[in-house]
Amino acid sequence: MKLEIGRIFIKDIQLGSETSVKSGVLTVDESGLIAKLKEDERIKDVKIDVARPGEKVRIIPVKDVIEPRVKIEGGLNGFPGVTAKPAQCGEGRTQVLYGAAVVTVGDIVGFQEGVIDMWGEGAKWTPFSQTYNLTVDINVIDGIDPHTHEEIVRIAGLRAAEFIGQAGKDVTPDEVLTFEIGSVFEETAKYPNLPKVLYAEMMITQGLLHDTYIYGVNAQTILPAVLHPNEELDSAVISGNCVAACDKITTYQHQNNSVILDLYAEHGKEINFMGCIMAPEHTTLAGKFRVSDYTVKLAKLLGADAVVVSEEGYGNPDSDLLMICKKCEKAGIKTVLITDECAGRDGMSQPLADTAVEAVAVVSTGNVSHVITVEPAEKVIGKAESIAVLAGGWDGALAEDGTFQCELNAVIGSTSEIGFHNVTCRLY
Amino acid sequence: MVKEIERYGIPIVHMATITTISQSVGANRIVPTVAIPHPVGNPTLKPEDEKALRKEMVKRALDALATDITETTHFE
Amino acid sequence: MSDKFKVLYYVNQFFGQIGGEDKAGIEPEFRKEKVGPAIGFESKLKSEGEVIGTLICGDNYFNEHKEESLSFVMDVIKKEAPDIFVAGPAFNAGRYGVACAEICKAVADEMGIPVVTGMYIENPGLDTCRKEAYVIETSDSAGGMRKALPSMAKITCKLAKGLEIGSPEEEGFIARGMRKSLIVEKRGSLRAVEMLLKRLKGEEFETEMPMPVFNIVEPAAAIKDLSKATIALCTSGGIVPAGNPDHIQSASAQKWGKYDVSGRDALNAPDFYTTHGGYDPVYANEIPDRVAPLDILKEFEKEGYIGKVNNYFYTTTGTGTSVANAVKFGTEIGKELKEAGVDGVILTST
Repeated sequence: MKLEIGRIFIKDIQLGSETSVKSGVLTVDESGLIAKLKEDERIKDVKIDVARPGEKVRIIPVKDVIEPRVKIEGGLNGFPGVTAKPAQCGEGRTQVLYGAAVVTVGDIVGFQEGVIDMWGEGAKWTPFSQTYNLTVDINVIDGIDPHTHEEIVRIAGLRAAEFIGQAGKDVTPDEVLTFEIGSVFEETAKYPNLPKVLYAEMMITQGLLHDTYIYGVNAQTILPAVLHPNEELDSAVISGNCVAACDKITTYQHQNNSVILDLYAEHGKEINFMGCIMAPEHTTLAGKFRVSDYTVKLAKLLGADAVVVSEEGYGNPDSDLLMICKKCEKAGIKTVLITDECAGRDGMSQPLADTAVEAVAVVSTGNVSHVITVEPAEKVIGKAESIAVLAGGWDGALAEDGTFQCELNAVIGSTSEIGFHNVTCRLY
Repeated sequence: MVKEIERYGIPIVHMATITTISQSVGANRIVPTVAIPHPVGNPTLKPEDEKALRKEMVKRALDALATDITETTHFE
Repeated sequence: MSDKFKVLYYVNQFFGQIGGEDKAGIEPEFRKEKVGPAIGFESKLKSEGEVIGTLICGDNYFNEHKEESLSFVMDVIKKEAPDIFVAGPAFNAGRYGVACAEICKAVADEMGIPVVTGMYIENPGLDTCRKEAYVIETSDSAGGMRKALPSMAKITCKLAKGLEIGSPEEEGFIARGMRKSLIVEKRGSLRAVEMLLKRLKGEEFETEMPMPVFNIVEPAAAIKDLSKATIALCTSGGIVPAGNPDHIQSASAQKWGKYDVSGRDALNAPDFYTTHGGYDPVYANEIPDRVAPLDILKEFEKEGYIGKVNNYFYTTTGTGTSVANAVKFGTEIGKELKEAGVDGVILTST
């Protein structure tokens, strides 16, 4: 499978009357985009805005972040199985408005959305302070139940990214990245002496606001599935979830999964990167046993020497993570785990809900309860008072002058367990 | 929480879905439950069946409290 | 002299230059001057701070009269109101180490000021105060004094000025067990791949998260007669009265709530709902008893299968809640249950 990602570097976003990219400036047809999204009659109101790196702007409550893209060769444009007909992802050429992101804003059921600060202390803790963000604030008509509300906002975000992505269709990219990995047999013949490595990506699949979709299929319903890494890099996987904002994998992070990218970089050099196992995190113990057994079986079937396992969420999924770890290690497959910690606001508590002696190689992406204090924003996109109900916020977290405190919990992507950001924990 | 309450000498039964965690953290009496969002319930059942299921589970928990044990025990 | 920060110093009879083992029984005393290591210590503060006095106590006296000694020491500290408290270093001296540790812990807990001491890694006092104090790692004998004092002084200056404390390796203190979040150069996925390559090549690597160890509690004795027993219902599933009157957090809970349910047959909607941020709330909000089955317990009470359901129902959220907070909640709730004469507890988790 061969995928070319053509990156068009975006250096600013402006609202205007057409959608185009000229010398790195992305112009978005505001009324056109609103009209497009309001084709869904359940959407009452859409507000579009722009937040740029360094501006004293706070976006809250954030649901998802999506990278705008357009497919120009091979496969179908959009998100196959969701906004487009089913089609194979991971081949041909996809053009990316690199440095731009669509950020969906709006209360869903309250506490599972997050915050992005574009400047200052808050900006350090989220990777999305570095992107030019087009915010899409969606209000739905009355009488919509929460499950449907989530779906409406999820799809609207994807449609917005698709709409804007069109601007990159005829633009010559600044950089073209090529991702190519052949069949397991071809690659093993090419690199007979390199260790065979798989990536097991755990996904939250626990109901409302806690689901992940692969080609539009709710991953709650699947057995662990093998994906070619290119498929995820080419928009096959989308987020339908807002677990605590800090470690949910947004759609943008699936599209740019950093574990896949960093394993790809070593492919053919130090390792033979053979693919991804997508492992759902269930709410039942039987589900957890089944998925961990099945994941390890797939790894054995493919003859893996090692697996990198990333978690999504915390609490009960800690147990899935360690089950996969234990069973892999027992089967002679080496593991490296990536997870965040719940060590309490003072950092003095135990980091995980579960434990396993086999987990000897673990990357920590930070303490979700680490408290940060951020200064008042000059402009708030969305609703500043949401911090009182967000996971990681609390009543009184927002001071009169607009200063507020929150745990990393509330900050989008801060403790990303696919290692998308640069936070860690050390013993002090 | 379970352990700290038990430290006072009061028997406590943990009704939890992910019993592996329950066991790792040191609960002694464990009753496995249905699913994380509805531990003592099952919305897919008819109301009267769900009620019966819930009653059976709570009875198992009460009986667990009345059972002497020497090590972690799952009451299934 | 006003803008210098104030240090109060503690030493034992030996370092207080009163005498050796024969003087280990002396009672605590306070001198408004620098004694023993306090002199060298102050010289390392670069005139930013000063030692305003030295507390001295015999090691045997302290360990045999802990309460009296502590109360004397605390009275002096409260009166002198230092900005920072320094004890030792105690090296590998056991009784001296325990005294330093007990005092450091009491000062930190009661006064909330920073405390600094120095110990050898195997000093029996270490575990008492390693979380509360910055314990500079020293050699096992007083020969290490010259090395210990500059580190103790350096960290004291930083603490007094509210500056950021570096890593244990940089500052020379014994790790306190705190998981500190930091921003580092390499993103997590790259660190994972690098760790993987090391593991595959058989090279040494270091995990970023040593696995937690959970201690265990002996199972409590069973209830003899359920029909006479009072049963309490607790949940970590975040079921709260409508409006969440006590503002229990949806994740990473900092508190628990208790609600009188003596007049209720169930925790029915819409009077109750879940504030838990870690699971799909739809089913719990339809029938909160699916998470905390008060309705069934009340039925058993009516049927006489159990004696009574406790008047109060206890609740918090489990998701992202630190083990330390969970321990605190358990201790507080357990105390209430014990006092209320509860015979058994059902705790449900989501």
